[in-house]
Amino acid sequence: MAQNKLNIKAEAKNLNFFYADGTKALKDVSLPVYENKITALIGPSGCGKSTFLRCFNRMHDLYPGNRYEGQILLHPDNTNVLAKGVDPIEVRMRISMVFQKPNPFPKSIYENVAYGLRVRGERSKSAVDDKVEEALKGASLWNEVKDRLQDLAFNLSGGQQQRLCIARALATDPEIMLFDEPTSALDPIATVNIEELMSGLKNKLSILIVTHNMQQAARISDYTAYMYLGEMIEFDATDKIFTNPGRKETEDYITGKFG
Amino acid sequence: MTTTQLKDPPISKRLAKNIKRNFIERVIEIILMFAALAATFITIGIVYILVTEASGFFKEVSIIEFLTSRQWSPLFEDAHYGILPLISGTLTTSFVALSIAIPIGTVAAIYLSEFASHKTRESVKPVLELLVGVPTVVFGYFALLFVTPLLQKINPDLPTFNMLGPGIVMGVMIIPYIASVAEDAMRAVPMNMREGSYAMGATKFQTAIRVVTPAATSGIIAAYILGISRAVGETMVVAIAAGQQPTFTFNPLEGAATITAYIVQVAMGDLPHGSLGYQSIFAAGMVLFVITFVFNILGHMARKRFAERY
Amino acid sequence: MEQNKVDAEHSLIKPQTLEEVRTMIRTHKRNDFIFSSIGLLTITFALLTLLILFVDLVMDGYPKLNYQFFTDFPSRRAANAGILSAWVGSSLIMLVTFITAVPMGVAAGVYLEEYAPKNWFTDIVEINVTNLAGVPSIIYGLLALGLFVYTFHLGQTIVTAGLTLGLLMLPIVIVSTREAIRSIPVAIREAAYAVGATKWQVVLHHVIQYSFGGILTGIIIGMARALGETAPIITVGALTFIAFLPPAPVTSVAPFISFEWLQSGFTVLPIQMFSWLSRPEHAFHINAAAAGAVIIMLTLVMNGTAIWLRYRIRKNIKW
Repeated sequence: MAQNKLNIKAEAKNLNFFYADGTKALKDVSLPVYENKITALIGPSGCGKSTFLRCFNRMHDLYPGNRYEGQILLHPDNTNVLAKGVDPIEVRMRISMVFQKPNPFPKSIYENVAYGLRVRGERSKSAVDDKVEEALKGASLWNEVKDRLQDLAFNLSGGQQQRLCIARALATDPEIMLFDEPTSALDPIATVNIEELMSGLKNKLSILIVTHNMQQAARISDYTAYMYLGEMIEFDATDKIFTNPGRKETEDYITGKFG
Repeated sequence: MTTTQLKDPPISKRLAKNIKRNFIERVIEIILMFAALAATFITIGIVYILVTEASGFFKEVSIIEFLTSRQWSPLFEDAHYGILPLISGTLTTSFVALSIAIPIGTVAAIYLSEFASHKTRESVKPVLELLVGVPTVVFGYFALLFVTPLLQKINPDLPTFNMLGPGIVMGVMIIPYIASVAEDAMRAVPMNMREGSYAMGATKFQTAIRVVTPAATSGIIAAYILGISRAVGETMVVAIAAGQQPTFTFNPLEGAATITAYIVQVAMGDLPHGSLGYQSIFAAGMVLFVITFVFNILGHMARKRFAERY
Repeated sequence: MEQNKVDAEHSLIKPQTLEEVRTMIRTHKRNDFIFSSIGLLTITFALLTLLILFVDLVMDGYPKLNYQFFTDFPSRRAANAGILSAWVGSSLIMLVTFITAVPMGVAAGVYLEEYAPKNWFTDIVEINVTNLAGVPSIIYGLLALGLFVYTFHLGQTIVTAGLTLGLLMLPIVIVSTREAIRSIPVAIREAAYAVGATKWQVVLHHVIQYSFGGILTGIIIGMARALGETAPIITVGALTFIAFLPPAPVTSVAPFISFEWLQSGFTVLPIQMFSWLSRPEHAFHINAAAAGAVIIMLTLVMNGTAIWLRYRIRKNIKW
């Protein structure tokens, strides 16, 4: 690999995941997430990329019976986020998430962004005000909504709603942000906005994104991982994956011979 | 970009905070669980009270007499304790009610679900729900002072207290309920089943009768069963208009007390706690509870089966 | 062509020419029309019957429906009798009922939807709630008589009646709470968890807030039902002739709040109507009709509000 001086922000090590019904959805998956880089997860639907993503902030804990094996280490403190003694709520405060469909709360724009701070017990009105403004600016939404912060979030367009969700995830200064196909429910113009936004965000944090759209992965990511049937087939720099993949399966998928 | 950094507290404090938070979460969960348990306690309470009070009754009265004697006169000198007259009264009024409510309710449900325009349905459904909420004591008034006098014009021999009038009123009262539940079941049948039928050249009526109704059978049956349970447990209409005299008869033109009417009659009086007459209402109540319980469980099962299918 | 010929030879299916098919369709369409007419007639008939009954009731009671009727105590003379003690009793009992059923019902609904694990224990609680909603109200009356009056010695008082109706209303509140909660999409909960909310925070900040309208609908419907209930209150021992008011809940001396009214005897609107209805004199039947009109108005307004509320929620919130 060409780049030196890369810090690993998080890494999955030999991760296995089982759903409550016993299905093994992830098989021995390992992956580094580099600091201030965008890592894309691609693969056909059902390959486990979303399942993998949701391990990072322990979303699977919400549904009883799901089981993890292996580690996801969060650096620099080397915490295994999957360990029993680690509180999933603390993990989610450090690693935030943006979902496939925009899912704002039916509250005001302001309250949506402030929610993460409220949950943290932040009481100072001015601190919250500052953070909300900063997060909305960070999500390039500030200019569109600054005069109507008390409006219901549902009144925004789909693209705006998704940027609001990014602002919500941003407001708590997360170390990593997870994106689960964030543009699949949006029109092309809104998609471009979100992509530009993500490229800007990587200066502040590390990004892991699941996408069904290979062009999107090629456009925005620095690293790409190809998954198939719950296994990690190949991981490398995005340029390498898309120009000269190391594995036949990856090449077939990239060139569209697959599926 | 400048950031206003939120200060993270040191690890030890954070851990303490986690422990405290998780403890509060757990306490809240337990409090909520007890609220949910309350529902179970009510059922246990009902069974406990009915069984203990009725067991006092059955110490004095043999179960055989209770279930087979055709006379019910616990408050007289010459006391008899046969539940059959109360059951016959309950069955007769319920039968009259259901022979009105089931056909009309079903036709209304099919019409609303399959024929009525969106606008008609949207305005009739709320009215049906409103009617379900009308207190039953008011229906008792109609039975005694409107329907029975009307029936007496047709049949002058009809006594003031009879089972026909309250039966009819109970039927009218239950129509909105059956129509509403059955209509919900039919609406839940997926549209593509109807489209399949229409695509074959079927008309609305054929689709309704041959496709929608069979598909919604268990849901419709649930509506009937819950309707029966309502008729059997209905109290005020019969207490007001069907008479208070326990009579073993299935003739709706006569007056007779139902299980519920008997309980009301005794409760209105001044029976000492612990007396046999006092205990007899719990024995009667137990019979009522068992009957409605069976119907409710059957109705619930039918409904659940229906819900699982779609 | 070949296929058609074979079919025509083998089949006994009736309409074969286009003309026959058209005749058949005409018959079917006529059936459609006939049933449609029957359906419309049935509904009109049912609604009309009920309308006639209500109009009859209001007309019967009309002479009594004046201000005096609300400020008079019951009396031996029909002309002087009013519903003062009844509506005061009903209001106080509703207060107790509300305090009993609402917090407990909402808490139980939240537990069953958000917390309860899927196991036999939850199944039993579920079956219980469904069954309780169908238990005849008079059975609740027997429960209250045996438990509140004679086991807990609460007497034949407002608190007993309020608790009884509270138990009766509980399953209604639980069921409507659950339905309202169920309509909130999982994505909203996940969004809240993803920023680090705890379960209780998700419930308090989101689940309860967004289902509030639906829960309120259930509460109003339950209260309307409790207001109109007669049978369980009879078994608890409501008096039919009450010519006094319970002690006021607010007093002029410290601590300004008194709970003595909870221990008071009482009557309620439906009981008052029932007792007038049981009198043979026609004059009392007029009073009964007037009381009935009042009860119907109250329950119609309450249920109407609830239905309107639900309609608005459905229209406004599209997840």
